[in-house]
Amino acid sequence: MERKLTCIVCPLGCELCAVLDGKSVVSVSGNTCRRGEKYAIEECTDPRRTVTTTVRCSDGGVVAVKTDCAVAKKDMAECMKIINNFVAHLPIAIGDIIIKDVFGSNVVATQNKE
Amino acid sequence: MTELVIIGGGPAGMSAAIAAYEAGIRDVLIIERDEALGGILQQCIHNGFGLHKFGEELTGPEYAWRYEKRVRELGIAFKLGTMVLDISKDKVITATNPEDGMFRIEARAIILAMGCRERSKGALNIAGTRPAGIYSAGTAQKYVNMKGYLPGKEIVILGSGDIGLIMARRMTLEGAKVKMVCELMPFSSGLARNIEQCLNDFDIPLKLSHTVVEIHGKERVEGVTIARVDENRKPIEETREFVPCDTLLLSVGLIPENELSKKIGVKLSPITGGAEVDEKRQTSVPGVFACGNVLHVHDLVDFVSEEAEIAGRAAAEYIMEEVAEMQEYVEIETDGRIRYTVPQKTLRGDDVTVFFRVGNVARNVKINVYSGERLVLTKRKSRVAPGEMESVVLSSEILESAKKLRFCLEEE
Ligand SMILES: Cc1cc2nc3c(=O)[nH]c(=O)nc-3n(C[C@H](O)[C@H](O)[C@H](O)COP(=O)(O)OP(=O)(O)OC[C@H]3O[C@@H](n4cnc5c(N)ncnc54)[C@H](O)[C@@H]3O)c2cc1C
Repeated sequence: MERKLTCIVCPLGCELCAVLDGKSVVSVSGNTCRRGEKYAIEECTDPRRTVTTTVRCSDGGVVAVKTDCAVAKKDMAECMKIINNFVAHLPIAIGDIIIKDVFGSNVVATQNKE
Repeated sequence: MTELVIIGGGPAGMSAAIAAYEAGIRDVLIIERDEALGGILQQCIHNGFGLHKFGEELTGPEYAWRYEKRVRELGIAFKLGTMVLDISKDKVITATNPEDGMFRIEARAIILAMGCRERSKGALNIAGTRPAGIYSAGTAQKYVNMKGYLPGKEIVILGSGDIGLIMARRMTLEGAKVKMVCELMPFSSGLARNIEQCLNDFDIPLKLSHTVVEIHGKERVEGVTIARVDENRKPIEETREFVPCDTLLLSVGLIPENELSKKIGVKLSPITGGAEVDEKRQTSVPGVFACGNVLHVHDLVDFVSEEAEIAGRAAAEYIMEEVAEMQEYVEIETDGRIRYTVPQKTLRGDDVTVFFRVGNVARNVKINVYSGERLVLTKRKSRVAPGEMESVVLSSEILESAKKLRFCLEEE
């Protein structure tokens, strides 16, 4: 079976084609770099996304955060719930871990806030 | 007298300041109207910045922080909460802030780095009422990402520019239902990867060749009527369809913010909306440079930073009077299928990277550069689109023998 994909690794947005045998990827074409091949294989077997969002702060405002590695696509909604139920204490510096181990990833601050 | 004043403290302003400092200019001042440095990147909390420049995927605030940290380390001066109101032809800047009131600064060189603003025009042509619940995508982005407030629950987005796509995902993650993205053109102006990860990931339909023809609701938006458009972009009556929603986001493009540039008398390009510049990003007024989104709208901040470094170094050369003696420029023209280039003209001497955009989606094409009748450069592309900025490098040899160059998009 063939699966057509748009690579999301960089702004080039290469059109990829993955050839599948059952659940495993036999070959990838259309990519212009190694990362594209890796993306196609992952997207067909275990699709993942980095979640970027905000977390509520003790002063009522918000601070921007991200998962420090990509989480499984199917866990994104649950991941958002966990982050939205959390209140972070100020001050926060860029890179601080705000919540530990959310689906195997840490939620870290991407902004400074006093 | 201040040697170099930079107007705008976004990624362009900060990169230009750092480059000028590193080229030997110490008397640099950045003026920023916002309460923080970073520009639009502060609200772009998604990732996808810096892959080209740093080889890693950063979020907007993280990318901006790399530059802000450097600005602080070098001790480059900046004034926040300060709005530039006017610049005279002899480079006297009038600005205001609550602390100093209105004040003037005379500059030897100026770098314009004011960014761009969102078009609002799209909204005016739509029939119906003007209830609450109509926002530009950038305003919605600011509400959600900086104030933590979701502007609606059921959303229709008009325009498939990157900001609209990014907001479709953002609001979906926060629990809103994004019903569709309507795009007037038969193609999206957003990056392919954003269509994939912001729409397809969440099964949000992208309706190409569709527009919003009417807005409904008294106090709050209650719905919109959409319709397919024909090849002349006119709505087709029979295809009208009512879509209930409480919010309409407009993502209909960006325009460089050049009110100040006009006051100094900088010559603007009718196509980009920004200044016409040479390879150093110097405008028609000597000593006045422009970079970033105020010059032409960029999709990628990495190229904003690079352009700003060119402007920063050039401003330093200008201040130190290392400017080459008067030479004649090589003018760059386009065939219309290529809409514009930046720079629009260049001196001879070094290799020069020329950036450009096409007017329409095309496949299997060649970018041909002619000097008179002679073809001097060809670059093949399997696909070009208006949403994706392209570039070619003009070698010093090509420039040496040319008077005027013409950029053409031709079939394979
Ligand atoms: C919503 C959105 C999403 C984007 N997503 C991506 C992405 O995923 N990846 C990527 O690489 N790029 C992305 N970009 C593009 C990138 O963010 C921009 O190209 C870049 O930020 C432009 O930088 P700039 O410094 O030219 O402008 P800006 O960041 O707009 O900075 C201009 C600054 O000038 C200040 N200013 C303006 N007028 C005055 C005045 N009169 N006096 C004082 N100060 C003034 C403003 O307050 C502002 O801080 C995105 C852009 C937007 C808008």
